[in-house]
Amino acid sequence: MSIHSTRRHLLGVLGAGGLALGAAACGSSDPFEEEDGSGGDSGSGSSDGGGSGAAIAIGSQAYYSNEIIAELFAQALEAEGLTVDRQYQIGQREVYMPELESGALDVLPEYLGNLLQHYDSEAVSATPEEVHSALAEALPDGLRVLDFAEATDQDSYTTTADFASAHSLTAIGDLAGVDEDLTIAANSEFEVRPYGPDGAKEVYGVDVSVVPVEDSGGPLTVQALVDGDVQLADIYTSDPAIAENDLVVLEDPESMILPQNVVPVVSEKIDEAAADAIDAVLAELSADDLVELNRRSTVEQQSSADIASAWLSEKGLV
Amino acid sequence: MSWVLDNLDVIAGYTGAHLVQALPPILLAFVLSLPLAKLANSRGWLRTGVTTTSGLMYAIPSLPLFVLLPGLIGTGVRSPLNIVVALTLYGLALMVPTASDGFRSVSRDVLGSATAQGYAPAARFLAVELPLAGPVLLGGVRVVAVSTISLVTVGGVLGVPSLGMLFVDGVRRGIVAEIAAGVVATAALALLTDALLVMLGRLLMPWHRGREAGRP
Amino acid sequence: MNENPFLGALDWLADPMRWSGPSGIPVRTAEHLGYTALGVLVAALIAVPVGLYVGHTGRFKGLAVGAAGVARALPTLGLVTLFALLVGIGLTAPLLAFVTLAIPSLLAGAYSAVESADPATVDAARAQGMTEWQILTRVEIPLGMSLLVGGVRGATVQVVATAMLAAYVGSGGLGRYIFQGLGSQDYPQMIAGSLLVIVLALVLDLALLLLQRLTAPRGTVAP
Repeated sequence: MSIHSTRRHLLGVLGAGGLALGAAACGSSDPFEEEDGSGGDSGSGSSDGGGSGAAIAIGSQAYYSNEIIAELFAQALEAEGLTVDRQYQIGQREVYMPELESGALDVLPEYLGNLLQHYDSEAVSATPEEVHSALAEALPDGLRVLDFAEATDQDSYTTTADFASAHSLTAIGDLAGVDEDLTIAANSEFEVRPYGPDGAKEVYGVDVSVVPVEDSGGPLTVQALVDGDVQLADIYTSDPAIAENDLVVLEDPESMILPQNVVPVVSEKIDEAAADAIDAVLAELSADDLVELNRRSTVEQQSSADIASAWLSEKGLV
Repeated sequence: MSWVLDNLDVIAGYTGAHLVQALPPILLAFVLSLPLAKLANSRGWLRTGVTTTSGLMYAIPSLPLFVLLPGLIGTGVRSPLNIVVALTLYGLALMVPTASDGFRSVSRDVLGSATAQGYAPAARFLAVELPLAGPVLLGGVRVVAVSTISLVTVGGVLGVPSLGMLFVDGVRRGIVAEIAAGVVATAALALLTDALLVMLGRLLMPWHRGREAGRP
Repeated sequence: MNENPFLGALDWLADPMRWSGPSGIPVRTAEHLGYTALGVLVAALIAVPVGLYVGHTGRFKGLAVGAAGVARALPTLGLVTLFALLVGIGLTAPLLAFVTLAIPSLLAGAYSAVESADPATVDAARAQGMTEWQILTRVEIPLGMSLLVGGVRGATVQVVATAMLAAYVGSGGLGRYIFQGLGSQDYPQMIAGSLLVIVLALVLDLALLLLQRLTAPRGTVAP
């Protein structure tokens, strides 16, 4: 199904030129296509087949885990008889937030802390509940956040089990006692985040320097940590690589790192029925669930559509 | 490999999007380079200017250009139009100096005799000058085509759909086959386009083939 | 901070703080130059001997042209990410990609340099009793030197503009400014990084153009 979405998305964006090429591409791919869901063959992306008028446009970040969550929402909405238009893998917040504000997108899975920081760069860390209510204030008119999930995907100071036991580390503050230069592999913007080197210095008295690896805590970052190129890595807490490599996420007792629970940001087009369907997904989405969903994508290399439909039926949501 | 077989439709979709962003810049760079090169050749100082500007343009890293261009021309970052404009600029940077050389290589005597035979300027350009500069122009377009098709992938970092998305997603998920598929598909697209251009050249310039074969 | 990111970039560059320390502009520029030089050097060690052999003997020309064509068609970002997954972070992965990027220009420069020698001149040298090695080193290479340098020039400019990708997988160079600016929406920093890359590319291009002119044998027309 995500196949369809990709194609329809392309058709929509690229217009007539894309139509011919997209159609040619479809031809060759048909034998491999799985059966269509209810949001299926609506030609060149026309949106008037659904239950309640125009299709609901669901976006996702260019992040496989985010796409899986978006796909959970999409299939849950389709199960309610609604028509959805999938527009996945949109690069950055600076790109998709204006599209949400303008109504080009209706739903996108977000993360509490990062979303708040987008609107309020001065935002300080707090409990998920506090960030959630601050978000309600900060969002522009026409946008709102639904409930947040238990599942969270936040930045972390993670190290190997060996390094942790050699220096008796359990929390970030313990790093202050380590008598060697500490480096942390992370995306380069980690350098300027409030929980980056400056925050670690200020809150915990720990000196670290960043080795930039631009795969957002992905395999390259994990490999650098495991190989000992760095002592620490910023690995997102929903990453299955943490358990697989027996890594240790250092505790953050001072809550320096913003909570990043999954929270959908939605437009006014999402009525109560649609919001209920999305809320039902969020209520079931535990931290372990998100790790497992990610594992099916990275280790088992399944598509987001397959992962979502399997999980939704396991949970009895469709 | 199984990732590739399971995701042929994804690859096909990205290939289509890739072509939609790559083909217009190649065509535009070729068409626009002809008048620009003629203009450049008409004045010595202009020609120097064009060569310098082209060198400058080609030194601009592509990723920042893709990010900054929307601010200058008013498109969205995710708009393929943005990529098309940026790649046309790169294409022109390669193509204008080449076309300028191509037209200069046409002997003045030949042009003079064509005029003497009664060719009007436009007809002389189309029937004499363009075909004679053809082989050089073809060489230029081939370089532009291959480089453009490769550069489209950079948009993937920004989430513009193209085969470059396979690199970004693949590195994030740790799927080597996904990245390899992107590399192979991009290279295949480039080489296929190149081969088509060569064939087109033989079709339009049958005399050129013989001359090339006759070289030592 | 300046509202206009381009003016902001100039402010960024004018800040004396940027010009010192381990992540200062001189260090990052030196790293960037180092990656470029290493990439071109390794590529030259492979491509120049092959190119000279092909040019001198005329053998395997099709193969060399074909290989260069394939190398040209490979997307550098894909190579960097692919190699990084296979060998890990650090300089190896981007370096392999830069070498691949530099080879076509160097190869073409080397074989066209040798081929550019007038066959009559080469025959004359052979008639004088020169060995093939002497013909190559004393006649063909000196005559074609400026084309060879032209290949180095093309390769260098390409690699220097692409060397920012080293910062994608854990190394330094001017790409650090570009990726950090991109990731944190600090566009002045990103533009400043790009401007530095452009200046570096132009300086290298001009320097090698000069070398190309100087190495053109007397009596021939410089490019």
